[in-house]
Amino acid sequence: MTNNVNKLLEVKNLTLGYKVYEGYLKVINNVSLDLYYGEKIGLIGESGCGKTTTMKAIMGILPSNAVIQGGEILYKGVDLLKISKKEMDKIRKKNISMIFQDPALALNPVFKIREQFYDKIKYCSENKLTRTEVHNLSIKFLKDAALPEPDRILDSYPFQLSGGMKQRVIIGMSLVSANELLIADEPGTSLDVTIEDQIMRLLKSIVDQKGISIILISHALGTVRKFVDRVYVMYAGTIVEFGPTQEIFSNPKHPYTALLLSSVPRLGGKEVSKGIPGVVPNYLNPPKGCRFVTRCPYKMDICEYETPKMYEVGKDHYAACFHYK
Amino acid sequence: MNEKLKNLRILKWLSFNYGIYWYRFRKNKLSIIGLSIIITFVLMAVFAPWIAPYPSSAGLYTNFAQALQPPSSIHLFGTDEMGRDVLSRVIFGLRYSFSLVGVVLSITVLPGVVLGLIAGYYLNRWFSVLIMRLTDIFVAIPPLLLALSVASLLKPSEINAMMAVTVAWWPWYTRLVYSNTSSLRNEDYVKAAELLGASPFKIMFSEILPNQIGSILTKVSLDAGWVILIGASLSYVGLGAQAPTPDLGTMISEGSIYLPGVWWISIFPAIIIVLIILGFNLLGDGIKDMFSTSIR
Amino acid sequence: MGLKKFVAMRLLYGIIGLIGLSILVFILARVLPGDPARMALGPNASQAAVNALRAQLHLNDPLPIQYWYWISGIFTGNWGLSLYTHRNVLIDVEQFFPATLELIIGAAIIDLIFAIPLGLAAGKMENTWVDNIIRIITYIGIAIPSFVVAIILQLTLGYGLHLFPIIGMLSPNISPPPHITGVVVIDALITGEFNVAADAIWHLILPSFSLALGPLAQEARLLRSGVVENKNKDFTLNEIAQGFPERLITFKYLLKPSLISMISIYALDISSIIANAFLIELIFNWPGLSRYGLTAMLSKDLNAIIAVILIAGILFVIANLIVDLIVGYLDPRIGERQGEENE
Repeated sequence: MTNNVNKLLEVKNLTLGYKVYEGYLKVINNVSLDLYYGEKIGLIGESGCGKTTTMKAIMGILPSNAVIQGGEILYKGVDLLKISKKEMDKIRKKNISMIFQDPALALNPVFKIREQFYDKIKYCSENKLTRTEVHNLSIKFLKDAALPEPDRILDSYPFQLSGGMKQRVIIGMSLVSANELLIADEPGTSLDVTIEDQIMRLLKSIVDQKGISIILISHALGTVRKFVDRVYVMYAGTIVEFGPTQEIFSNPKHPYTALLLSSVPRLGGKEVSKGIPGVVPNYLNPPKGCRFVTRCPYKMDICEYETPKMYEVGKDHYAACFHYK
Repeated sequence: MNEKLKNLRILKWLSFNYGIYWYRFRKNKLSIIGLSIIITFVLMAVFAPWIAPYPSSAGLYTNFAQALQPPSSIHLFGTDEMGRDVLSRVIFGLRYSFSLVGVVLSITVLPGVVLGLIAGYYLNRWFSVLIMRLTDIFVAIPPLLLALSVASLLKPSEINAMMAVTVAWWPWYTRLVYSNTSSLRNEDYVKAAELLGASPFKIMFSEILPNQIGSILTKVSLDAGWVILIGASLSYVGLGAQAPTPDLGTMISEGSIYLPGVWWISIFPAIIIVLIILGFNLLGDGIKDMFSTSIR
Repeated sequence: MGLKKFVAMRLLYGIIGLIGLSILVFILARVLPGDPARMALGPNASQAAVNALRAQLHLNDPLPIQYWYWISGIFTGNWGLSLYTHRNVLIDVEQFFPATLELIIGAAIIDLIFAIPLGLAAGKMENTWVDNIIRIITYIGIAIPSFVVAIILQLTLGYGLHLFPIIGMLSPNISPPPHITGVVVIDALITGEFNVAADAIWHLILPSFSLALGPLAQEARLLRSGVVENKNKDFTLNEIAQGFPERLITFKYLLKPSLISMISIYALDISSIIANAFLIELIFNWPGLSRYGLTAMLSKDLNAIIAVILIAGILFVIANLIVDLIVGYLDPRIGERQGEENE
């Protein structure tokens, strides 16, 4: 068992489900991810394929009806799934932070930004800070998130700020404790395209400056392409392909990745793609073999009853498809 | 052509999925308990003359030899100071309680709903504003207080108590329906119906009203509990049914002088009142579940 | 629109409501069969005397004019004579009001003291045995009329266990404190007579609790559902992800937004406390306005009835205003939202 010291985060064979009235929703099936120090990786896939759930598992904020059925999440060698709540709290305060999808919902609506920010700094620092120190630190982090007039922002309620500003506030807050890893869950999805671009540039400059590792989740393929070093492609709770960004986008090997990339509309007058026929599998009773089998145009008999492993298809490029066995 | 339309209508009503409402209702066992309680009591009230062991106790009856007997096998709830069987009086008292609910709610709900629909649909017209200001005035006063005041200014009797509670009650439905209607009227399907030329009457009753049935029915059930509470409070201070008519609230007050030694005259009616109100509350929760579409 | 304007509008509505109430009550009172002048003078007075009094009381004038005289009388302190005590009703009110106020404030405080922890605990520990027990308590609490609670408490804690006094505001052997505000507990505390204050509080507990049980059960339920709803929202998840300690989240960030739906009911509950005080004062022999009013109602003491109703109405408007202010503080969006609704 190699414990590679260059790996900051290692998700190994994570399997988890949600307990519901009718049984279990098997949403995450044998997911593995590696993240090295200072690296930027992207996690792409359709809505509902389990990207956010995986991230919530890492942060330890899964809902109460979630059941971890197997696997490990190793952060600097320590399994996050097995540590105590207190230790996980420490990690959230000092090492990892997460930016949520919808900034409008992520801030408590009845408190001023000042309250939430001050509390964040107070509780995430080890020393006792005076009020002025807390205030100055808040200003600093708000400025780091490229917010003009930080004093006015502190004095506002969330509903008085625009979507872009709210997202920056959250980025600022996350910077306080994201010293090693930042998880960004579709940070621009609920924003204007132009604002989304600004936010992505901001994130890029922060990450480059501070050397933080980042996991970027998105279903906007263009954004991901410009930003990350490596890409993981997820479908129905499984990783179907991963590799360097350039490789994935120019040379997709897994049928799903190929179809996904081809369905992005292109300026140039060509016809609109046919899309991918079929629907996402029912998580109560997912297919026994490859989960893409119901929609794959290249499916073989073996795909129905056996789950494919990761097969090497290029340099550091792997795909989970029996065609590459 | 009309034949076909009629058949379609019948089909629509028949194929209406009543099943899912019942399923949602019975998911919570408490709602079933509430329903059972209410049905039991209503049946007891309806069949009172046949169920009550000593029906004559409900009227002018005295039997001082048997006065103030504790609960026993011949008098399950004991007897009161006039020798009347408490259980029988309680059963007949149920009649008054439920008729109070029936009268008050049937008088207040329908006009209240209609007024609320009109005010909510025709926002900003003079009559809408008038209606809502009127309700604002009534709402400024606690219902129990208003009922007490009205009842006190009239001669104490069952009917007057009913009137008092009715006066206090009617604005609440108008407000509920008004607030629902005014937010629903901007929905796209209403605008579509208007564009198609549907009359306002049809829009209000076929489009807007069905979407509020849930909250209206929930309120009706919860209100039944409140009406009984207020009715009992009125009777307790002597403003409701007068002797010798059996009434749960009056019985509690008449029996309270004998506390704590002779407890059964007050306590049994009190328990029954609590059970009825509890039943209506649980039923109301069940009705709310019936119409709620959230997945949980 | 701003909070101030919102509150000012509510105040205006309240005043309009009171005016409407006064008209309603006045009309009802005049519609009642019976001659107020005759009732005031008694059956033995001569018809001439009755006629003279009728003229003096403007009873022969058209209704609106009568109303005008009556309303101006109210504002100048002439509230009419009580049939029962034969003096200006306003004096009666001054005498009895503080006791009722004490009762209502006591109930309002007990209400919050119990409702908030119960609702918070039930919501946070959803579906555990704690939650289930609290839910049962709240179901039953809502269903029991306040006078039944009062009777039961009197029987069990008063007669049975002798833990609390059964009637009255003070024990017979204790002399009341000097009359500053009229509210016994406050007066005793101000003048430093702590044993008197303690005795007064001891007497206050049972009646206040009887009044508060129904409302607090309702509010605990609302707080519970607010907490349950908010604890699954994104902002709570975000707070956990940001590393906020659980205590901070529960008692600050979860509590405040959840209180909003609960507090809006608080106004309605205060009104039911005001109304139910009538019955409670009767049971506990509390020398308050409600008992006075109830006696008035049963003996058809018109002026007294009207006075009591007006006072209750004013109290209600004030309570509503206070609650509106609290809601405005808790939910900063209120000023904005309400503004749109009223435009």
